[in-house]
Amino acid sequence: MAADLPFDLTLTEEQLQTRESVRRFVARHVAPNARQADEAMSPPEGFYPASAELGLALMPIPEALGGAGAPRDPMSSVLTAEDLGQGDLSLAMGVLSPLSVVNAILDFGNEAQQEKFLPVLLSDEFVPAGIALMESRATFDPAQVLCTATLKGDHYVLQGEKCLVPFGEDAALLIVIANVEGDGPSAFVVEAGAQGMSAQRQMYMGLRSLEMATVTFDKVAVPAQNRLQHFNLDRFVDLSRIGLAALAVGCCQAVLDYSIPFVKERKAFGEPIAWRQSVAFMVANIGIELEGMRLLVWKAASRASQGLPFHREAYLARVLCAEKAMEIGTNGIQLFGGAGFIRDYPLEMWYRNLRAVGVLEGTVMV
Amino acid sequence: MINLELPQKLIGMKQMTHQLAAGVFRPISRKYDAIEHSETPVELAPVAQMMSAARSMQGGSGGKSEGVKKSEGVKNGANMMGVLAVEEMCWGDVGLMLSIPGNGLGNAAIMAVGTAEQKEQFGKMYCAMAITEPGAGSDSAAISTTAELDGDDWVLNGEKIYCTGGQRCDAVVVWATLDKQRGKAAIKSFIVTRDNPGMKLARVEDKMGLRISDTAALSLENCRIPKGNVLGSAEIADTEEARKKAFGGVMQTFDNTRPPVAAMALGVARAALEITRELLKKEDVTADFSKPLYCSTAIEAELYRMEADLESARLMTWKAAWMADNGQANSKEASMCKAKAARVGNAVTLKCVELCGERGYSEHLLLEKLARDSKVIDIFEGTQQIQQLIVARQLLELSSKELK
Repeated sequence: MAADLPFDLTLTEEQLQTRESVRRFVARHVAPNARQADEAMSPPEGFYPASAELGLALMPIPEALGGAGAPRDPMSSVLTAEDLGQGDLSLAMGVLSPLSVVNAILDFGNEAQQEKFLPVLLSDEFVPAGIALMESRATFDPAQVLCTATLKGDHYVLQGEKCLVPFGEDAALLIVIANVEGDGPSAFVVEAGAQGMSAQRQMYMGLRSLEMATVTFDKVAVPAQNRLQHFNLDRFVDLSRIGLAALAVGCCQAVLDYSIPFVKERKAFGEPIAWRQSVAFMVANIGIELEGMRLLVWKAASRASQGLPFHREAYLARVLCAEKAMEIGTNGIQLFGGAGFIRDYPLEMWYRNLRAVGVLEGTVMV
Repeated sequence: MINLELPQKLIGMKQMTHQLAAGVFRPISRKYDAIEHSETPVELAPVAQMMSAARSMQGGSGGKSEGVKKSEGVKNGANMMGVLAVEEMCWGDVGLMLSIPGNGLGNAAIMAVGTAEQKEQFGKMYCAMAITEPGAGSDSAAISTTAELDGDDWVLNGEKIYCTGGQRCDAVVVWATLDKQRGKAAIKSFIVTRDNPGMKLARVEDKMGLRISDTAALSLENCRIPKGNVLGSAEIADTEEARKKAFGGVMQTFDNTRPPVAAMALGVARAALEITRELLKKEDVTADFSKPLYCSTAIEAELYRMEADLESARLMTWKAAWMADNGQANSKEASMCKAKAARVGNAVTLKCVELCGERGYSEHLLLEKLARDSKVIDIFEGTQQIQQLIVARQLLELSSKELK
């Protein structure tokens, strides 16, 4: 039973402080590098190490294990995801990927598993890590994964293929969701260099600076104790839907903030195009829908933080954000006209990145 | 601390209001839609009494109240209670809610800007508000009803239309201009009691929906009222700043009334969605959040989308109310929630009619009525387009001269 609190949208002191440092990082490292990273298909050198200074992944790791011992708080993570997403959705996912693995181990691992795996991610350096849930087929359903894990003595044998895996090629740790007969989808920690695991970088419409790979598991033996004991598929999928939706909110905020000065400066027929209702109403509607998206994501996340059920809210937040993000993305391009379509401006990149929000599952766990 | 749940006290209030809506409004909803121009439904008398008692406990509607106050000082007060109660009542029937005596827009205006004497004299009356004229709708600054001082009386002349409650009310807050040449600054509002011989009921409109609520046209012909019946100052502001302030004060009433109107849309649409869910369940169509959207049927996907849109509109409405309760300027948010909730309300109620086929279109159920009732919510208290204009001006920081 949660505490009896008033409806309130005020950030805590801690959230405001974190927000300040995240926004500083975004202004210095994320936003200015977004386009170049998109073209180069990887972030500039030094980007991830700089992100490690934020210490996001260390934050929720218990003090006993050397972390900062901040409470697991999806609501605070959502604020961070929004801010990062406002800088660039693709780079944001890279930054958040190791934190997602930490969150998954904290939520679903037993004590021994936390002690074993969290120190791997506990570093001043950036440790690449990612979650492997998606599979390459239409109408993919996280509850029906085809990748299998079969118990053979003291280990499981993983067989199958995962796609859209962040850092699939060089992750220190991967969390792989595979079906265990009788138990359904389960989570396994797979360490770098496992025999029979191979990765192939893939290119997508967007998220091009995020190094995503298809990872193939050919009779990969994973110790039985690497199966996360308390794995809960619904919680995992829901928290990742909230994370994706929060990133979408951030990116849509970027569209709005970038469009406002443009339509006020751009002139047609002798006056700013913002003075015309057909343009101004598009801006208004971006603002209106964005407000609704943000609040629904906050509702889902704050319920999660308070220990209330949040499956419905996470589902709805994702439905709304996937749809409205596409609308806002395409309207952003439209407001800029030809300039929206050319790669000198960020609109087309934002639109391509936003498309991922409705496609991905399980990538960013807040 | 970010929390989008309601405190227990408000949940209790919401549940009580829901029982009222289910027990009193719903059973007579269809009946009064058919009767249309009736007197105030007798069933509403006890409701009016209850609300008046609740108001005097609260210290006036729209005013300051203690509400649920926590140590950090965050308040969920009268505005939040208002939007919650309105949604529940409109889940029952929006027309009936608007017909509750004593619950008029005029009451809100008097409580917001009236003097102590005016509140004393008119606070307990059912006060409607008359703004719209045949030649002035959204551009309320263009109204041409005049008010002239003659000795100790104001003399009012003009035509007012679309006055909700204009037939059944005890008094009307009439907007009139002291000097048409001087624009917004000269517009004042005046309290005219319904029995004034100078104000005649010209007609009561036949409408698409909201049929039980009376929408009246009033004509004012040398209508004399006491000098003290003007709301706010009778001075015409002569500096630009004072002009803005004077009319801004009038418009501010709308910042407080738009979230409750958004809540009306939420209540009506939620009712339609619930009925639709029940009907579809009988056909084995359920949206139970068990499959991803892209693995759902088209009808299931529609149900999810409607629910997501409604839920986000609801949170926007709560946010606007929360801001008002905590003394934050909420003009943008009030218009945002009105725009979103009203258009979603229209879309959801119509989609429900469509999804349910003959059941949706038939007068046996309430779906077609809910769709009819919903339409006007995207029109009154500022149309969809006016809300977008307000939001756009705020976001773009443009004046009304720049963005017309």
